[in-house]
Amino acid sequence: MYSKTKHRLIKDKAILWGICILATLTAVPLFAILGEVFINGYVQLSWSFFTEPTPTAYKTMQAIENGERIPGGIANGIIGTILILNMAMIVAIPIGILCGIFLSENSKNRFAKIISYLTDLLQGTPSVIVGIVTYIWIVVPMKGYSAIAGSIALFIMMLPLIIRSTEETLKILPTSLKEAGLALGGNRVRVMLKVQLPAAFGGVFTGILLAISRVIGETAPLMFTALGCSFIRWSINKPISAVPLLIWEFFNDPYLQDMIWGASLFLLLFVLTLNVLSKYLKRKWNQ
Amino acid sequence: MESITPILEFKKTCVSYTKQTMAVKYVSAAIEKNTITAIMGPSGCGKSTLLRAVNLMHNLYPNIRVDGEILLNGENIFSMAPIDVRARVGMVFQRPTPFPTMSIYDNVLSGFSLNGIRLSKSEKDLIVERCLKNVALWDEVKDVLNKKGTFLSGGQQQRLCIARALAMKPDVLLMDEPTSALDPIATKHIEELLLELQKEVTILIVTHNMGQAMRISSHSMFMYLGELIEYGDTKNLFSTPRDERTKAYLTGKIG
Amino acid sequence: MNDKIYKIILFIATLVIPIICGGILYALVTDAYEAFEYFGFFKFLTSSEWRYTEGAEQYGALPFILGTLLTTFLALLFCIPFSLPVALFVGEYFKDTKIANFLSTVTDLLAGIPSIIYGLWGFYTLRPIIMSLNISPQGSGILTASLVLAIMIVPYAASLSAEFIKMVPNDLKESAYSLGATKYEVIKKIVFPVAGSGIFSSYVLAIGRALGETMTVTMLIGNTNNIPNSITSTGNSMASIIANQFGEADDLKLSSLIAIGLILFIITAIINMIGKIMIKHARIS
Repeated sequence: MYSKTKHRLIKDKAILWGICILATLTAVPLFAILGEVFINGYVQLSWSFFTEPTPTAYKTMQAIENGERIPGGIANGIIGTILILNMAMIVAIPIGILCGIFLSENSKNRFAKIISYLTDLLQGTPSVIVGIVTYIWIVVPMKGYSAIAGSIALFIMMLPLIIRSTEETLKILPTSLKEAGLALGGNRVRVMLKVQLPAAFGGVFTGILLAISRVIGETAPLMFTALGCSFIRWSINKPISAVPLLIWEFFNDPYLQDMIWGASLFLLLFVLTLNVLSKYLKRKWNQ
Repeated sequence: MESITPILEFKKTCVSYTKQTMAVKYVSAAIEKNTITAIMGPSGCGKSTLLRAVNLMHNLYPNIRVDGEILLNGENIFSMAPIDVRARVGMVFQRPTPFPTMSIYDNVLSGFSLNGIRLSKSEKDLIVERCLKNVALWDEVKDVLNKKGTFLSGGQQQRLCIARALAMKPDVLLMDEPTSALDPIATKHIEELLLELQKEVTILIVTHNMGQAMRISSHSMFMYLGELIEYGDTKNLFSTPRDERTKAYLTGKIG
Repeated sequence: MNDKIYKIILFIATLVIPIICGGILYALVTDAYEAFEYFGFFKFLTSSEWRYTEGAEQYGALPFILGTLLTTFLALLFCIPFSLPVALFVGEYFKDTKIANFLSTVTDLLAGIPSIIYGLWGFYTLRPIIMSLNISPQGSGILTASLVLAIMIVPYAASLSAEFIKMVPNDLKESAYSLGATKYEVIKKIVFPVAGSGIFSSYVLAIGRALGETMTVTMLIGNTNNIPNSITSTGNSMASIIANQFGEADDLKLSSLIAIGLILFIITAIINMIGKIMIKHARIS
């Protein structure tokens, strides 16, 4: 009546091994990508790589003809990324936190439910579409690509991430915290500013770090907004470069292939450090 | 008493969660066939841990260690395949746990489907009817067998879980405070049911309710801090406890 | 500052969300209108021509819609055999152990890698492998793009599925074990049925991710404007045709690309909405 125990146990073991093997295989691409970017990128890193802009076509040709290392670096991209990202953050962080507070306090209200759905919609919107729309909104009326347009695209991408992390952190705070604050006679603003937000600081902060790491590598939305620029520039109403845009340029330029990996290594290190840091801080603050 | 082979026997059974602390310390006892044995003791005394060891539940958690022996019909279960032991030892948990994705009908048969045993439709019908009648649930649910088990009341769910365990025709039925989540009327039903069932199966029941132990069990164990302090005939244990700690527990001074 | 002003400030900040969402839809619809009007909405969706000869311009979205659906479907297919084991590894077999923690950190990091770097890896590592295996002569194409896309969506599908697998009540699993089931039997008969709707919804959300993925696909799909006739052939997805041609497009072509963007936006919005609603239901039950 009973089917063979041995047969069942062998099947159970086989499945366990299969799962272990497949799960391990999943980790392979991470190390393959890290390895490739590190090995190829490491040799390109030097001081000038971070302080000089991308080389002109003439300089590149000369270097290739003379068999020299291609001069220049990605300083224009780094400065562009910093500029675009900072402008995006200055707007996205306060608005995102305010929206997150609103959603956490009005979770049952109908308007908040609609906002919640729209936040999900925005978070799921492909980045290339954010690029198109920012182009239509900003680049067309301003008659030109600009750092502002790029930062607005990144702002739209960051906003839902910050809203969600703020909302979720505030929601898991014990309600007694808020009640205790209100019972002491504080009004809701004070309780939010002095009690709830400080208690939620860890979650909100790691949420912002994650949001930065998500958008810093975005390429598609910057292609139609910031466009790119081959020299260092500080103005916000002119086209500007960014690190991912440079990688895209190098990828498409047969003479600049060598520079792909240095720029990628820089971007990858930055993104993964932010990722690991936010995960570490989250775990530390949760204890 | 010596002449009958016990159906279940603990021999210096130990269970430990960490190297330092033992949850169950050198328990030795023999359980006779077709009896109800109650295991009592204050919370944290190791009674549930001991019960779960009989079903090798500790095997699911890598850091729990066992020592000694538990003999089922004279065979040490620690050296048998857990899935075989568990198929011969049924278990009912504190909270009713009907499988939420299965109908009442499929819940009764879940032991077979989980073990990959194929049954014909007529065999299935027979088993379902017999087991549900055994737990006095048949009349209440025979028209809704295709409904999900989770639609039943708490007491009915628990009886369904007993039926599910009985379907496998176990030698021993383990019950871990099976009525603690139920109301008094449902509890009474289950207690009456257990007295009926002992004709078919040997029952080991953990309970924190002394009244329950007195009402249904023929033998009782009292455990304290992982040790088996006293084991014997329920009436004797309650009327003339030999150990001071048992006396203290029965009079409510510990626990 | 009193409570009333506080509430008003919160409310005004929140209005940014509907304004952006409405603005996205408005901008896409008004700028796509020209293409829909010129070619006809239905014709635009079903035409497979993409010709920019002056005077005889003809733009249709069909090759790109099919390219997107095909890459997404293949990515899902390649993703399941890896994401499901990872979810079981993290959520059941090695739940709450250090090794599970390590694996989920690895998948988190995989999720963090920018898509342009996935594209580079696909182009410089995977494409030569595909070529040397004689799967396709040029190396790039639907298959190559789908493979890398699959790696990119594994983390999303795996971490969400693991969350639902972890939520299966322990006493339910113990009950099944107590009846003599092996771990595999418990997973098949109890864990999967109970966590099923949650696992399914995590794949719906993974599809939502794959549909709009731009850079990786653009770098690997081969960028040809034909309907793909096999999985090794080249093609274009909706996102990749936009990324490739938006920069130098104007007038009718620009409008056609925006129309493709609108279609992509609507498809992803629907898929994501379905996924989110399913997840909410799965979490409640």
